[in-house]
Amino acid sequence: MRKWIDSGSPWVWLTAASVSISIIMVVGLLLLIAARGLGHFWPADVVTFEYQNNNQIVKVAGEIRDTEEVPAQRIIDSGVKLDTNEELISRHLIKTGNRDLYGIDFRWLIDPFILTRATPEELMVIERREWGNFYGFLGQVKVDGQVIAEGAESWDVLQQQIEKTGDTFSVIRGIEHGDIGAINYSLERLRLKQRGLELKGEDTPQALGKLEEERQSLQAEYEGLQSELQTHYRELNRASLVAETFDGKILEIPISKTVQAYRPNSMSVFGKVGFYLGKVWEFVSDEPREANTEGGIFPAIFGTVMMVIIMAILVTPFGVVAAIYLREYAKQGPIIRMVRIAVNNLAGVPSIVYGVFGLGFFVYFLGGNIDALFFPESAPAPTFGTPGLLWASITLALLTVPVVIVATEEGLSRIPKSIREGSLALGATKAETLWRTIIPMTSPAIMTGLILAVARAAGEVAPLMLVGVVKLAPTLPLDGNFPFLHLDRKFMHLGFHIYDVGFQSPNVEAARPLVYATALLLVLVIIALNLAAIAIRNRLREKYKSLEQ
Amino acid sequence: MANTLPPIDSPASQRHRRMRRLKDILAKYMIGIGGLGVIAAVALIFIYLVYVVFPLFLSGSLEVESSYQTPNSTETESLYFAMEEQARIAVRFDNAGNATFFNTQDGSRIETVEAELPLGVEITSFAIADPATRIVAYGLSDGSAVVLRHNYQISYPNDLLTITPFIDYPLGTEPLIIDEEERALSKISVQDDEEQAMIIAITDDGELLLTDIQKEVSFMSDEVEVETETTSITEDLSNVDHMLLDKMMDTLYLAKASGEVHAYDVYDPEEPELIENINLTNQESDIISVEFLTGDISLLVGDNQGNISQWFPVKNEQGKPELTKIREFTLGTAAVTGIVSEHARKGFLAVDENGQLGVFHTTAESTILKQQLMDGVAQHVTISPRANAALIEDDRGNMSFVRLHNEHPEVSMTSLWGEVWYESYEEPSYVWQSSSASNDFEPKFSLVPISFGTIKAAFYAMLFAVPLAIFGAIYTAYFMTPKMRSMVKPTIEIMEALPTVILGFLAGLWLAPMLEQYLPAVIVLLLLLPLSVIAASYIWQRMPSYIQNTVSEGWLAALLIPLILFTGWIAFALNHPMEAWLFGGNTQQWLDRELGVSFDQRNSLVVGVAMGFAVIPTIFSITEDAIFGVPKHLTNGSLALGATPWQTLVRVVILTASPGIFSAVMIGFGRAVGETMIVLMATGNTPVMDFSIFQGMRTLSANIAVEMPESEVDSTHYRVLFLAALVLFMFTFFFNTIAEVVRQRLRKKYSSL
Repeated sequence: MRKWIDSGSPWVWLTAASVSISIIMVVGLLLLIAARGLGHFWPADVVTFEYQNNNQIVKVAGEIRDTEEVPAQRIIDSGVKLDTNEELISRHLIKTGNRDLYGIDFRWLIDPFILTRATPEELMVIERREWGNFYGFLGQVKVDGQVIAEGAESWDVLQQQIEKTGDTFSVIRGIEHGDIGAINYSLERLRLKQRGLELKGEDTPQALGKLEEERQSLQAEYEGLQSELQTHYRELNRASLVAETFDGKILEIPISKTVQAYRPNSMSVFGKVGFYLGKVWEFVSDEPREANTEGGIFPAIFGTVMMVIIMAILVTPFGVVAAIYLREYAKQGPIIRMVRIAVNNLAGVPSIVYGVFGLGFFVYFLGGNIDALFFPESAPAPTFGTPGLLWASITLALLTVPVVIVATEEGLSRIPKSIREGSLALGATKAETLWRTIIPMTSPAIMTGLILAVARAAGEVAPLMLVGVVKLAPTLPLDGNFPFLHLDRKFMHLGFHIYDVGFQSPNVEAARPLVYATALLLVLVIIALNLAAIAIRNRLREKYKSLEQ
Repeated sequence: MANTLPPIDSPASQRHRRMRRLKDILAKYMIGIGGLGVIAAVALIFIYLVYVVFPLFLSGSLEVESSYQTPNSTETESLYFAMEEQARIAVRFDNAGNATFFNTQDGSRIETVEAELPLGVEITSFAIADPATRIVAYGLSDGSAVVLRHNYQISYPNDLLTITPFIDYPLGTEPLIIDEEERALSKISVQDDEEQAMIIAITDDGELLLTDIQKEVSFMSDEVEVETETTSITEDLSNVDHMLLDKMMDTLYLAKASGEVHAYDVYDPEEPELIENINLTNQESDIISVEFLTGDISLLVGDNQGNISQWFPVKNEQGKPELTKIREFTLGTAAVTGIVSEHARKGFLAVDENGQLGVFHTTAESTILKQQLMDGVAQHVTISPRANAALIEDDRGNMSFVRLHNEHPEVSMTSLWGEVWYESYEEPSYVWQSSSASNDFEPKFSLVPISFGTIKAAFYAMLFAVPLAIFGAIYTAYFMTPKMRSMVKPTIEIMEALPTVILGFLAGLWLAPMLEQYLPAVIVLLLLLPLSVIAASYIWQRMPSYIQNTVSEGWLAALLIPLILFTGWIAFALNHPMEAWLFGGNTQQWLDRELGVSFDQRNSLVVGVAMGFAVIPTIFSITEDAIFGVPKHLTNGSLALGATPWQTLVRVVILTASPGIFSAVMIGFGRAVGETMIVLMATGNTPVMDFSIFQGMRTLSANIAVEMPESEVDSTHYRVLFLAALVLFMFTFFFNTIAEVVRQRLRKKYSSL
């Protein structure tokens, strides 16, 4: 025993256990996110229950979302009359959907009260544009109020109708967002032009007349589209379906409000896989619905990517130039050493501080002055004097510039002196040496720095909350209207989306799987970026090892 | 081939060389400018934060813009002055019933309006309501009262701001009959809001009359119909000097020069009730002036010795409100002749018999400035609604118009870092509460609770992270096989790159409910894990050596993973039986009942684990680097002298690497202090001062994230949030610098060894 303690073996085991725990935590966390995020899209069976509730039998249908074991005491404490000897009771969280009928779409069922359960093949799930999912049995399909299908064949008819309305729906969206959006944008620009002329005192009748003419033509175009829209809308609103819930309520749902209908209980495994892939595609390519709790996250992906690209364009040249200055040009002494420490430390300054600085300096100070100088016509509405894409990108560039500087400096310091001296001895100037030999050789290090900067920027949320991210942006920052890239617009961001949907959403329970899926996407992107950085770094080290020999 | 290069002295070659030199110089300057620019941009962060915060600590100042003879001052006696929003026009009410509007800049008279009084009556008393309502009242010699309002119409003819003053009568021009017996009203007090008004008067023989006025606005015309109801208190109150009715029309204070104060509850005007009798002064001093502080909760009492004290009701042991002296300010040595409270902030001005003006703020407990303005007795003082100008009149009718510069009086070292006794609080406390819907809210900018929250969150995070990270780093650097190390290091690096928003979200939505449900299991797990590992080590050591030799020490961490998972599974499987057996089936209830510990779902334990997770990789990788960098000849020497690997580790390696470990902990601490998203999502964000592990907190960073978007630019709140950011910046910068310097020293030491 004594020997065992003296050998330090228990301590070694404890230190080993610390590593194991850390590894378990990381892997466990990634698995947790992956399981929950990926599981969300799988079409789970819809189960029907006959459930005893205060001596009444109620019929419940829905997906089992969660099952947990609870001490019986806790359930009794919450006021349920339960007569049992068991210590533990299991209860199930059921997503019952049909929020328009029941008011809530989740409910707990306590296992002992469940009398029967079944998975009827005919039970269908309808994803709707409002009120969440519907669970029930299909009765009839109607067009213009006339029943066109009933009973067994109605399912195929329904699918055809949904497809048809889906097409009409995307046509309508195209018109509303694309064409009408463009017209509205042009009208707004005309208004600003007019206001600008007024401010300059150049609002002559000719100039105004010309603007008015343009406005008239836009207006005419708008009315043409409007009437086109109306016919589409009539087409859209023709069909409807009649369905019965498991507990016997009859509901008529306009097909224009449905996204898709499916019967998970009768799907084959391949059918489920196909459905699953379709859902994943919808998730990354579609727009959010129902206060971000359903649908996709495309605008958030797009916003994140846009912001990161602009940030990378800003951060790379500045970071590299600063590193070259520090390493190649500046006189090495105590001052440069202090600057280097300061730059290193900036990487550790809380990101929220950058957000505060960005809001105060960029948004209010710089943006306010830009507005006063260049956009007097849109006052009092701010153009750049409000949080937006440009300011978010600059703030994050400032936040990540130390990462690029440190990585580039490290790369520069690894290049053997002999290479510089060789180049200079052959008569190259310092600039030529840098441009032709040093920078190309440093490029993997610069890449590493850039990738790490991008990974950090993609995951950073706190400063963005102050300088430009919103929960729902009506338009993307990039579109077909001149000047195409709208740096003043607010945008959506994956990280903020997680925070917002997970914590600010009115229906957190319904939104949770979507948050896991979003988190998974973000984690995958960031892990991929980091692994790339690690791989590049390792290759770089190998390369210079051979140089030094 | 010979002529591919031009001769060295040819003009083309010279041009080429010049060009190259030019480019070289250009590059040098461009890079210099660029590099210095980036460094400057980075320095700008600090400079800008300081620039925004700086005005908070500027002391106030004033300048006398003009002095002049008050209009009409030779004929009548001034009762009261007031200014409109822009401080361009002031009004003077006198004892003859005139309201004289005059220009504040030069004293030129704009208009004199005579109040509509019945013939043959005199003005015997005067009162003002809440200054924001601009309402005043005259008590008359026939037992009636007239309520009027100075009002201003703003128009922009030719884009020029024009203010037209006028007088109107919110309760009608007809005098309101207060006393049926037509006795003169020697003291009067008035308040008015949308539905009702109240006039309280004392007749010349000392009877107190309470008149409740119910207003009814008829829909057809905009005229107000009033219905009055009068009750009386027949106590002799003839020697009352000051009478104040609060604007909620709940409490009436009657004060005598001797310092005696009666407080009445007049919430029900038909049954006024005496709440308390109290003396506000000591034997030597007399009360000269009494005014409400904005919000009408506190009384400001000025005495004949130059002191002004703040009093408000605080519940005593019996739960009854009792006027309590909160703090005292000193203006000078002469009697305080006038006090006026700011309209929107908890500041006030006071003047004394020596012509001195003082500017004070109650919450900040600060005397902002004191200045001698005139030789004579300063008799009247008034402040503009925006608190940027004041008028002071002396006893000879000389008026001074003063510009005040006092943007952020709320902030002082006491109000930021000290215990402050806020209005309606039972005792001095540290509170952060920056805004509220109400207009006369007292902002509470104590940085103590949120700084405390920051430290608390960081403390629990470090408690979780430091042992795991340092132990892990020791094993990885010293015992682990290179092959496993090359897998473990990238894993930990990926852990570092995980966005904190994901950790925060998991902490708030997965970990917090899980911990709530499995609390006993988690606590047991914390004890069981080390025990099981040590037990396993003992058993292993007892195993025959051929089993021991199958796994080298370098793969131990992999070997332990199943053991740890199994222990975890046992702890969780035992959760419900343990809960039923030890805690009556409900741990939270048990904690509350038996230990008096309340349990928040989003508590410090959750934050500690989640934020610990975030800082583990930081501490781990720096510690690992430090230990791995310890020169091999040191360890080899120790081992050669017969020390066991563990002895070598403890006595040689860790000792040599300890500065590196220290700097790792510093950097980890800095990261925990500034972390925002995890705290924002995993705590309730309530600024409580409680070190309990089962309670939440609010940190500096989360506070900024929550409040910054709503704060008005350049307001005190905005600047205080910048101050919070500056504190965070300096704090982390300081810790990181120490850590960095220590690390650089260590590197130098290693290279010299």
